Amino acid sequence: MRGIARELFFPLLAVVAAFAVGGVVVWLIGDSPLLVYELVLTSTFGSIDGIAYTLFYATPLIFTGLAVAVAFKCGLLNIGAEGQLIAGAFATAWVGLTFPTWPALVVTLMAMLAAVLVGGVWSGIPGLLKAKFGAHEVITTIMMNFIAVGLASYLTQHHYRKQGDPILETYAIAEVNGRVVTGPHIPRMSALLGAMGIDFPSRFPLNLAFIFALIACVLVYVFLWKTKWGYELRAVGTSPSAAEYGGISIPRNIVMAMFISGMLAGMVGVNDVLGYRYRYYHDFSANYGFTGIAVALLGRNHPAGVLLAALLFGALNRSALFIDIFTDNVSKDWVVILQGIIILFVACEAVFRLRKGKAAR
Amino acid sequence: MLKNIITLSLLASMVRYATPLTLAALGGMYSERGGVINIALEGIMLSGAFSAAAVTVKSHSPWIGLLVAAVVGLLVALVHAIASIQFKADQVVVGTAINILFLGIPPLVSGALFESTGSTPQLPREQTLPEIHLPVIDSIPVFKQLLSGHTLITYLAFALVPISYYVLFRTRFGLRLRAVGENPEAADTAGVSVSLIRYSGVLLSGLLAGIGGAYLSIAQNSLFTRNMTGGRGFIALAALIFGKWHPVGAFGACLLFGIAEAVSDQMQGVVAIPVQMIQIMPYILTMIVLAGFIGRATPPAAIGIPYMKEK
Amino acid sequence: MTDAPTFAVELRGITKRFGDLVANDHINISVADRSIHAIIGENGAGKSTAMNILYGFYSADEGEIVIDGQPRQLNGPGDAIRLGLGMVHQHFMLVDPLTVTENIILGAEPSNGPFIDFKTARRRVREISEQYGLRVNPDARVADLSVGQQQRVEILKTLYRGARILILDEPTAVLTPQEVNEMFAILRGLRDQGKTIIIITHKLAEVLALSDEITVMRDGRVVGNLATSDATAEGLARMMVGRDVLLRVKKTEARPRDPVLSVKDLSLRSGERSHKLQGITFNIRGGEILGVAGVEGNGQTELIEILAGLKEPTSGEILLNGESIAGLDPRQVKRLGVAHIPEDRHRRGLLLPFDLAANSILGVHRYPPVCGPLLLNEQFINGRAARLVQDYDVRPPNILLPARALSGGNQQKLIIAREFDIKPKLILVSQPTRGVDIGATEFIHRKLIELRDAGVAILLVSAELDEVLSVSDRVIVLYEGRLVGEVDPKTVSEEEMGLMMTGGRPSKLK
Repeated sequence: MRGIARELFFPLLAVVAAFAVGGVVVWLIGDSPLLVYELVLTSTFGSIDGIAYTLFYATPLIFTGLAVAVAFKCGLLNIGAEGQLIAGAFATAWVGLTFPTWPALVVTLMAMLAAVLVGGVWSGIPGLLKAKFGAHEVITTIMMNFIAVGLASYLTQHHYRKQGDPILETYAIAEVNGRVVTGPHIPRMSALLGAMGIDFPSRFPLNLAFIFALIACVLVYVFLWKTKWGYELRAVGTSPSAAEYGGISIPRNIVMAMFISGMLAGMVGVNDVLGYRYRYYHDFSANYGFTGIAVALLGRNHPAGVLLAALLFGALNRSALFIDIFTDNVSKDWVVILQGIIILFVACEAVFRLRKGKAAR
Repeated sequence: MLKNIITLSLLASMVRYATPLTLAALGGMYSERGGVINIALEGIMLSGAFSAAAVTVKSHSPWIGLLVAAVVGLLVALVHAIASIQFKADQVVVGTAINILFLGIPPLVSGALFESTGSTPQLPREQTLPEIHLPVIDSIPVFKQLLSGHTLITYLAFALVPISYYVLFRTRFGLRLRAVGENPEAADTAGVSVSLIRYSGVLLSGLLAGIGGAYLSIAQNSLFTRNMTGGRGFIALAALIFGKWHPVGAFGACLLFGIAEAVSDQMQGVVAIPVQMIQIMPYILTMIVLAGFIGRATPPAAIGIPYMKEK
Repeated sequence: MTDAPTFAVELRGITKRFGDLVANDHINISVADRSIHAIIGENGAGKSTAMNILYGFYSADEGEIVIDGQPRQLNGPGDAIRLGLGMVHQHFMLVDPLTVTENIILGAEPSNGPFIDFKTARRRVREISEQYGLRVNPDARVADLSVGQQQRVEILKTLYRGARILILDEPTAVLTPQEVNEMFAILRGLRDQGKTIIIITHKLAEVLALSDEITVMRDGRVVGNLATSDATAEGLARMMVGRDVLLRVKKTEARPRDPVLSVKDLSLRSGERSHKLQGITFNIRGGEILGVAGVEGNGQTELIEILAGLKEPTSGEILLNGESIAGLDPRQVKRLGVAHIPEDRHRRGLLLPFDLAANSILGVHRYPPVCGPLLLNEQFINGRAARLVQDYDVRPPNILLPARALSGGNQQKLIIAREFDIKPKLILVSQPTRGVDIGATEFIHRKLIELRDAGVAILLVSAELDEVLSVSDRVIVLYEGRLVGEVDPKTVSEEEMGLMMTGGRPSKLK
């Protein structure tokens, strides 16, 4: 129990400090910090709407947070989740657009497979370059981000866009008629819960992908801490030379960690394309990939922590709109700033850990 | 004839596009040659672009705007330096934090100051940086279009290429910077202060990237728009790697990437040539270089590693 | 006063403690001006500590440093450099991509305003290198130089800064024999031109050939100060190696069986001309402990890592029970029954942040019953870990504690427990008792002998000569990557061992 308290201490401190600094920012531009704090609370956990939207906003962040955490456990910094989720999302829509006549359920499954595989490959390439040539994964994943954005934009604009559509988005893969969706998709929570006799308003975009995200947390936990592959991956991240001594292949684990990381990022596409918009919309990602870094860092690279951190950032994203509307000067960008401050604070904690490590030796 | 004009105007716009890239890439070079990986160039450029535009709106002087942009860039870099040198934080994570921070700060402040989070107010033409016409060059046909009529920042950027070469390879500071980036322990035993040199490198990167950002908002354009850099900080980083951390090499890469941007700009809406394909070229080229297919890009040996004295 | 010998450096009553360890115990060393003074001793004798104190890296707990007749307080290498000291580290402090000149002037650049005056710099480098015969191309990149040339750059660096007193830490350790001869000529030249030179070494032949005076250290104390002209190799070896207390290990006569490991003509190249290991041939039979003696850094690490599958040999044959294991990876080697207790337990042997249970499966984590088809068998792992911790008396016996929370001795017991539990046919043991308390040391030795008596073949590498001689049944000696001979640990004299370990008897090399 004391161990958990210790793990929570620094992230909580970082969050509190970030809110304090964020409050000063609000005050500086002439608004009331208290009002903003109140809005953050009431717009999120204050109503069923708030909760449903918070969970919806948290879904992609759970996936990207897990993605960054898995890579980190192998000693790698995947800052390319953004590109991986874009590639995955486009691939999801592409499958839907390419096989319009196939049974919807089959196409849905194929589309999900495409999301994780393309996301995995997008991340696996930097992994391979690192394992084979020692190319720094930070630089290569940045490059892959832009390549994904460029390719998806090109394909959407030139091959999959409805004539005259002013928005950069593909044709729809499924049609919506009131509550009924026909074509490849995953059900909304309202449909799922409705089938179980629970009344859940259909206006909420929360969908099956949220359940997938929760399952992913469990799977990642089991994989990392209960299987030999996870053991090897963490060993490489902890001490490459000890891993080598234990007969563990460093290059293999680097590629595997990056691939799994990309698969998780690719799942964001499932949420947005199959669960929400039923098409690929080019600007769908509100920096989920980069926020995933904050989520993983704050969540200590542990699935339980990632879940909590994703809920926090999901809540912030949910409250952004309300802050925008109900304050005079504060825009929704305040939430982005808060994320930046949290990452900065969590990053600087390293120095405290180092000091402690030295004292122990 | 027509072909000639297109080519010339293309080259002229290459010069314009290469200007902010060159400044940021040279800035990144000072930071990374000293051993501090700087992926915050994007955020620093944004901070410079925004502060230049905002201050110019308020002060009506682009010169004050430029000065403030340089100072703001410096201050943002100081945050990077304190976190990554003093607090030994992970340099990549710090860079990411700064990038995210400046995704948010400009629109927030813009909203508070100008009632618009999307952009700052349009500056009248006389309040952007003036174009400078060079007396002798103006009388030579091709040179005139290419080299004349740019703002001070462009000339500064181009002048900084040879200057940076001299700084890096001919001065005390340059020698110490390279030593600190390659083998900080050796530099330390030779009596060189590792953190002082690293601070200087990171601060220089902020100064230059800040000016590079200002170019976007008060020279090339006349306002700041949300996320106006659009990845130029990362392209500069790519150019730095593509140019193998050498000022002349990085400049060459900036020109190459600048012409790519110029081409894609001129093609926009004209032909069905996929603009995006040209835009991603810098990144694909950099991936190829990192994989070692066109000569190996070897970073400074101590890059990304906080220096800790053994005691 | 004029006829009294003048000393460039005097250490008077220097004492330095690291925790409980007394690294330097009231040592006195006087180095005559314009002489070559050798400080010799085994690993851990306190030579490097003394020199680091002199150079200002460490501060002494007691005693004083006198330089050129003046007592001095050194607060860092900067002070030492100002007083005319220069140090050439065993690990070169050079920046590889920079040129020779750039490396030499770094931190003390001649300049015109902000610009480096490369003309002056190059001229001074050339002057100094000509004056002292340290020939090296001032414009070459250091990365392109041979190790011997790099060492000259290091010496030039100190001379450029005006050093009059040079400290060289194991200067010949990295050199080829030709380079050693050239280096000696250079060092004599430096002395003849007025420099004072202190070299730290363990190579007797070189000490006798080069130095004017010798200080012998052992266990943190100075055990002898003598002129080289009065010294003999045998006498020095006895002083270096001799022990007050000999470690006694209770054991019976070994009853060796069939050969388990046979190594033939094993070599490992390191670069163009030099070898880390050259032509190593030996056998170990089941039921015997073969000790490898030698000063650290003479190829022992490489030998063990090759046998464990961590490094690939350049050439040679390794047979385990008649089957070749050269080129197999560590997991395959372990699977064939080779246990490995690595010399660096923090870097290699343990995953420090992982708990004891997780550490107890490193290397066997892929096989049943530790691992099922999908999941690790936690119940089995924890049960086994609990048993290992109990059997090997690892304290505290809490398998959920991170490995870094244990003391050195308990960490080592954990590794040994893990490795011995695979029912090995061959055990590779390196520095098993380094940083381990006496109780754990006895325990570890007893375990090794138990396994030997059960028929296991054991290869034991240790920098502690006592340990090698008292635990092993046969002993081979490595010097500069070659096997210089085999001795019977029961009958060999300290003197003979010392000579072999320090290359003091070149005739044995062949």
